[in-house]
Amino acid sequence: MITVPTELDARFRAAAAAAGLLDAAYDLTDSPVGPLLVGATDRGLCKISFRADPEQAREELARTFGPRVLRSSKPLKRVRLELDEYFEGRRHAFDLELDLRAIPDFNVRVLRELARVPYGQTTTYGTLAARAGVPTAARAVGTVMNRNRIPIVLPCHRVIGANGKLVGYAGGLDVKERLLRLEGALL
Amino acid sequence: MAVAAPVPPFETFYETHREEVLGFLRKRVGSDRADDAFQETFLRALRAYSRLEHGLHLRAWVLTIASRIVLDDARRKKPDGELPELFTNDHMPPFEQLAELAAPLPPKEKAAVVLRYGYDLDYAQIGAALGSSEAAARQAASAGVRRLRKELRP
Repeated sequence: MITVPTELDARFRAAAAAAGLLDAAYDLTDSPVGPLLVGATDRGLCKISFRADPEQAREELARTFGPRVLRSSKPLKRVRLELDEYFEGRRHAFDLELDLRAIPDFNVRVLRELARVPYGQTTTYGTLAARAGVPTAARAVGTVMNRNRIPIVLPCHRVIGANGKLVGYAGGLDVKERLLRLEGALL
Repeated sequence: MAVAAPVPPFETFYETHREEVLGFLRKRVGSDRADDAFQETFLRALRAYSRLEHGLHLRAWVLTIASRIVLDDARRKKPDGELPELFTNDHMPPFEQLAELAAPLPPKEKAAVVLRYGYDLDYAQIGAALGSSEAAARQAASAGVRRLRKELRP
């Protein structure tokens, strides 16, 4: 059985990305909260997943952005670097373009407000709803947080219940707690 | 309407066929040139991938692209030399029968006829595989069929 040499495989993956032929690229990266799957298009970061399941992720990416989805490390290099810096506590704000295509308008409005919640601070679902101009929509905001496809960078872990409980997190409550501790928002 | 065999993400297609394509190319152009041909094959597949309408016949499709690269490589090496056999791929009865029948045709017509009627690819896919337009693929296939009719006539 022939196997494709790693070097040849890597060369093709890099060439495909460099030629601008990909609808989306993805890669896996290690983090203190487990392996993360990160995805990007030519417009920017479009996915961070705690369930590092490449088969499921590439189906989702293909459905949203087109079938030319390939694992390729180069397009995700900056994302991986900034995530590393974040987890080392050296980065408090991300400097990355985001691709929010195919996200409903209401969700985008809420996510833009979410992006303004500073490092090391928390807010509540109700407060975020009010800032997005829909003060009665705390529950809907919770759903937007749950479907956030770029967690960590869009910091849904900073949104907690009015009673101070962590409430929920797509990556698991333990991960939410860990991120808030890392940022010094929990003691 | 739901497509019965949707086009898979390129990564899935690539992982499924990369070993076979590399093996095929090593046999046809040798280990030295196989790496470049491998990369060129999958880049060409990637360029045409968005135009695929379904995920059927992807193995035949990518081997055809690889065959085309082999052909281009041979032309570059010896412009007036003999063209290599287009396919070494077997285990596909309709294709085998048709390949035998179409053997006397010029390479491009032969490839178009076999891909159209042996593999049931559409002309856009055949064009992509042969590095030409959809219209040129259609033309090559019908020219091949005309030629076969003439030759088969008693």
